[in-house]
Amino acid sequence: MTEAAERTSVPAVEGFFTMGDEPQLIGGRLQGGAYCFPLHLGGGDPRQPDGTVEQVLLSRTGQIWSFTNSAYPPPPPFVIAEPYEPIVIAAVELEVERMVVLGQVAPGWAVDDLNVGMAVQMELGVLYTDDDVDYMTWQWRPLEVNPRIGGGPVFDRAPLTESRSTGG
Amino acid sequence: MDEIAIIGVGMHPWGKWGRNFAEYGVHAAREALTDACVDWNDVGFVSGAITVRCGYPGYVAGSTFARALGFNGAQVASTYGACASGVTALSAARGQILSGACDVAIVIGADTTPKGFLAPSDGNRPDDTDWLRFHMVGATNPVYFGLHARRRMALYGATPDDFALVKVKNSRHGMHNPNARYPKEYDLEDIAHSPVVSDPLRLLEVCATSDGGAALVLSSMDYARSRGVMDPVRVAGLSTVMPTYPDTVIDLPYLATDSAAVVDPPSLSFKESIGARAYAEAGVGPQDVDVAEVYDLSSALELDWYEHLGLCAEGEAESLLRAGETSIGGRIPVNPSGGLGAFGEAVPAQAIAQVCELTWQLRGQAGHRQVDGARVGVSANQGLFGHGSSVLLRR
Repeated sequence: MTEAAERTSVPAVEGFFTMGDEPQLIGGRLQGGAYCFPLHLGGGDPRQPDGTVEQVLLSRTGQIWSFTNSAYPPPPPFVIAEPYEPIVIAAVELEVERMVVLGQVAPGWAVDDLNVGMAVQMELGVLYTDDDVDYMTWQWRPLEVNPRIGGGPVFDRAPLTESRSTGG
Repeated sequence: MDEIAIIGVGMHPWGKWGRNFAEYGVHAAREALTDACVDWNDVGFVSGAITVRCGYPGYVAGSTFARALGFNGAQVASTYGACASGVTALSAARGQILSGACDVAIVIGADTTPKGFLAPSDGNRPDDTDWLRFHMVGATNPVYFGLHARRRMALYGATPDDFALVKVKNSRHGMHNPNARYPKEYDLEDIAHSPVVSDPLRLLEVCATSDGGAALVLSSMDYARSRGVMDPVRVAGLSTVMPTYPDTVIDLPYLATDSAAVVDPPSLSFKESIGARAYAEAGVGPQDVDVAEVYDLSSALELDWYEHLGLCAEGEAESLLRAGETSIGGRIPVNPSGGLGAFGEAVPAQAIAQVCELTWQLRGQAGHRQVDGARVGVSANQGLFGHGSSVLLRR
């Protein structure tokens, strides 16, 4: 039997985020100063057609733009952990970058616990596992007390700024 | 923009027939040719909307349909723009006709679909955003629909009942449509009893994948008149626009939007710009529209389209729906065909099917679904990866 201590964590796909205690998404900064994510798959700026992109780490915090879940298990290439627990997904607007990034919500949070405008922080969670390895992805964890399991830091809920609304 | 005539339309009924897609396309094409009283050998351009396999181009459709009908030596093309494929194919045909390269063109789209979620092709492809969104997040298509529905709830106070009412309305419209896959009336209770797919959307509110085929015979205005068709339904505006940077609304199949850190978002969002282009080409506005066919991939997305097409102000779609204004008999009926709610989606055929329905409506041939006195109709649709699709028809 393998000891838990021998497990290793690796990104499910390399190049999307840094590992460690304060992980960050790896994005790009375009020549004109705007951002993109993922680094090599984000959109370009048509005023800067030479396409120069510098690698940058993105803000860890933002606000929920919207959220939902997948009550049914997604098809491959998603890897389902049995039994399937519906995954919760949020689109989060990063303050500095002024862009919305999709991601799973950390385990323990259900759609009924979430609100548009809620402050969240990026962290890493297990996407799937094999015998020795946890394959990690980025997740959004609300910076509020989880009504289901309690605890955690409490922050003021950031207001929904409709003037910054990116449409619907 | 110069106009072209729609002189024939045809469809193969939607369903889960499990046969070769070419069969449906050929059936629809023959029906459209018969409707137009045009001989296949007089068609100068065949424009096929590419038939997909699980979200990806899989078959070279134009020549497949043409071979089944018998190669006639005409020019041929196949185009792909995901859900917008039908209108990209229509756009190619309009270009051929308006350039004078041909008098008559046929546009054909058909699909045979697998069960379940649309998913990317097999393989390990971490350089493909459509693969990544499934693998790294588990973001199926309904997940994006759910995000937009929840956003409406937060911004405009929409309720799950509002979304369900869209499905109820469209089922009443579609129940008499011989081409609909689900010619059945659903009520709020039916929807409440169907399982949640992506909160708050339930199974009956999320578009199914269907088999089906649709075709249009198009011609120059001169050709139509020479054949004695003096007052044909005309394509007066056509939009295949892409988003304008920065596109700050998250949508299929992307993991992130553009950034508005340096440049503010454009005055019109991507979806608003889709209809705006078709209106501008035709020199009309939303107030001139009598009937609309919009892409209700989910019940909630239909409400977004009311606003994006300018049929009502932002945040007022629920009121418009609840007042019955988008039902047949209301001020601006939407999806008299029954929409995707009654059809399910046959990807390369669907945008063409929207044009078929509007053509029947403008000719006064829509039977139980007829919108009285309809003279101007608009379709709206969006293909994943950034393909806009809208057609403005008038008579």
